[in-house]
Amino acid sequence: MSQHSIEVTVNGEAVRAEVEARRTLGDFLRIDAGRTGLHLGCEHGVCGACTVMVDGLAVRSCLMLAVQANGRDVVTVEGLAHADGTLHPAQQAMKDEYGLQCGFCTPGIVMTLAALTADGARPTEAALRDALSGHLCRCTGYQGILRAARRLAQGTAA
Amino acid sequence: MSASPPGGVAARFVGQRVPRKEDRRLLVGRGLYVDDVVLAGMLEAAFVRSPHARARIKSLDLEAARALPGVRAVYTAADFAHFGLDLFNSFAGRGSGPTVRTLADGHVRYVGDPVAIVVADNRYIAEDGAGLVMVDYEAEDPVVTIAQARDGAPVHDGYTDNVGVAAATPDDPEIAAIFASAKHVVTGTIRHQRQAHVSMETRGIVVAPHGEGELTLHLSCQSPHMAARYVSLLFDLPETSVKVLSKDVGGAFGLKIQPWREEVAAIAASLKLRRPVKWIEDRLENLTSASQAREQEITIKLALDAEGLLLAADLDYACNVGCYPHSNDCNTFAMMLFTGAYRVPKLAYRAVSYYSNTVGQAAYRGPWAMESLARETMMDVAARQIGIDPLVLRERNLMTAADQPYAMPSGMVVHGVTPCETLELALAKVDVPAFRAEQARGRAEGRYLGLGVAVYVEPTTMAMGGPFSTDSAHVRLDPSGKVSVVVSTHSQGHGTQTTMAQIAADQLGVDVADVTVLEDDSSRGGFGPGAGGSRQAVSGGGAVSHASRILADKVKAIAAHMHNANPADIRIEGGQISVAGVAEVSTTVQAIAEAAYFTLDRLPPGMEPGMEAQYRYRPPPIVFSNAAHACVCEVSAETGVVKILRWIASEDCGVMINPAIVEGQIAGGVVQGIGGVLLEEIAYDAYGNPTAVTFKDYMIPTIHDVPEIEYCHIITPSDSEGGFKGVGEGGAIIAPPTMVNAIADALAPFGARCLDLPLTPTKILELIEAGEKG
Repeated sequence: MSQHSIEVTVNGEAVRAEVEARRTLGDFLRIDAGRTGLHLGCEHGVCGACTVMVDGLAVRSCLMLAVQANGRDVVTVEGLAHADGTLHPAQQAMKDEYGLQCGFCTPGIVMTLAALTADGARPTEAALRDALSGHLCRCTGYQGILRAARRLAQGTAA
Repeated sequence: MSASPPGGVAARFVGQRVPRKEDRRLLVGRGLYVDDVVLAGMLEAAFVRSPHARARIKSLDLEAARALPGVRAVYTAADFAHFGLDLFNSFAGRGSGPTVRTLADGHVRYVGDPVAIVVADNRYIAEDGAGLVMVDYEAEDPVVTIAQARDGAPVHDGYTDNVGVAAATPDDPEIAAIFASAKHVVTGTIRHQRQAHVSMETRGIVVAPHGEGELTLHLSCQSPHMAARYVSLLFDLPETSVKVLSKDVGGAFGLKIQPWREEVAAIAASLKLRRPVKWIEDRLENLTSASQAREQEITIKLALDAEGLLLAADLDYACNVGCYPHSNDCNTFAMMLFTGAYRVPKLAYRAVSYYSNTVGQAAYRGPWAMESLARETMMDVAARQIGIDPLVLRERNLMTAADQPYAMPSGMVVHGVTPCETLELALAKVDVPAFRAEQARGRAEGRYLGLGVAVYVEPTTMAMGGPFSTDSAHVRLDPSGKVSVVVSTHSQGHGTQTTMAQIAADQLGVDVADVTVLEDDSSRGGFGPGAGGSRQAVSGGGAVSHASRILADKVKAIAAHMHNANPADIRIEGGQISVAGVAEVSTTVQAIAEAAYFTLDRLPPGMEPGMEAQYRYRPPPIVFSNAAHACVCEVSAETGVVKILRWIASEDCGVMINPAIVEGQIAGGVVQGIGGVLLEEIAYDAYGNPTAVTFKDYMIPTIHDVPEIEYCHIITPSDSEGGFKGVGEGGAIIAPPTMVNAIADALAPFGARCLDLPLTPTKILELIEAGEKG
């Protein structure tokens, strides 16, 4: 298995590593970069728990290889909140609306909501709902997640 | 709201939508799930699994795997023989049933049966190694279905048939006479498919041969205490020598109630290697090898009189419990609960569980839920057959307040439930006359709308005996005035770090922000069974309430002594202490707590210093909660697709500690139930191969599949401490019949009987076509 030297910007910090070609971005971020906020729920691109932002776009890190992220800018859920602890509006909306129970799928959902509302974008509730159909949650029945998405669509999230 | 905690304390947090204490760390990526645990020198495991449902292992060749660089060990059953492991097929201790080894020994008995464990420097190499293990199998004809199990070759050695457990009521000539003379006899057979629990976090363990007793387990589980007890019994170790840590768990739903073959194999491997070993189940393993649930058939016969009053019920029940079930039973509880919230004088049943060459079954959220599906769908079938409105049929048969306590024919006694009241609230919210008018207009236009209703009572807490009998709370007020509660509850998303804090804060008169709940370490606090049986609010909540009150009384006694007051006149609120009628006295809980540790001469003579209290609470054996749900749906006659338009959950779980968490429990359960009716099916082909092995084939509901749930709450306090009732499983129990009845109502013009789950679009189109052919 070939080894590759890569450098990825993770939450603003440069992370260098020697990785096998087959190493997924998800495993790289969790194991090599120590960002365990993203979770691996299926490793076949359906559940969405491993979603991170790569160059601003929501990406399933189980379906991307670490070598493909070489030179790119990655944001994980650890990189969303403000340094002073203020939650990102997507995080705050999920908290205010009881959008999580066990919390395993949550980081992926937050990343999708954050990616779609970045730079002041205001997608419709229907658009957010469509995007969230790529995330599986087994605890909440999506009730609070839907309310959080509505808040973000209406611009009423903190 | 009658949310008044005992002890005459004003409720300030109980009953409120207090924000969850768990959420912040989970939202910023600082949860600690088992796969987040990394230890120095840790190895990772992968399993070699059987591709056959039933085969004899002729030979195993491990050499290539063992030779792979990075592989540290490959173990088979023979390597673990000296441990003498026979897994208890019950979390409560050794029960009946077949011998369960960690790894297949000579024979494989289901696809996915673990044959060998490969331990390597990382999971990638472990999987490479697993791929190099060569196994020569001699395949045999498997027993896959209930029908095959009835007369097929025994799955287990030493058995003459595949019967796991059989139970039946004694023959009762009176029941035969009732059926012979009843005005109406209604029969139907309902089939519930097999499902998977699908916690978003799969199973997992990190075994560390470290610590006091040299075994520390980081485990995704439902109770650290129960897991420690299970492992200590299994490996014949003192209970205190096993420490189980379980901080954040990504859902469980019954799957993680006890460690099972793979977790135990990882422990055995770690003990042999004397190195930490991690095993994290992947989703393929989870859907093919983790315990599954349901797969039940039931034939129901109801006798009713001319007015539609229920006279007797007769049940024939069979379930496929797979090869190695978590608990060896035939769901007798489902039979006993069949009569539900109705007045039914007589009940007869015959129940059998069958072993098969499929994955073993485990309890899944509402393990006895078949009783509600069977009863409520048959109530609608009966109503149609007799020609009465199903709502009227229910109203005639439901137990009222005046009927309670009501002894079910099974002997269980129901009291304190409000089936009539919750149903009335739900129906008012639906506006049934308006719906019926809309339904009639729709039918005229070829639109098929349906209204489904279902009612149930649920035995929660389940403290009838065994490990579920009690819970423990240790409450400590530190000199800083902050409160720690070590409680034997355990959250897999339940939010007990919030709800337990609310209860303690009310009793102690402090801010909920000043209470920290700890429930993640078996070596801390007392034994408790954790999550299961919708029991934590009642049993854990009672323990926290009582222990906190002991401490509050101590705070009052010290404050009274310091200020020459009567303890009964001391008030604690918001951390401030006042004395009734003495305005000049003002102190704080913090000051009293500090005095209790540091200035002992200010304490009443003879009082134990410090501020620590503990209490082990024994809740009532069963606390009944209840609900009525209603669903409005539209079924497309062209595509067979069901669209849910409204869902009303009208429930009574007693005093709600936190309504937002209650609603979260209901919603999660309802959506799992919807998935069970419309989408989910673990199916096997004729060879015993599972055919839904990824989330592309095993479909759980997405955000597009769910309604926005409307809630109605009735609060009838139970006789437990705090007046709480359990609410964790009810949504999953009642959603399936509610959904089925709505679909059946929509398809009534086609005369469809919707008794075979799941009701996929294909199956619904078949029902419609059969109806059109007439």
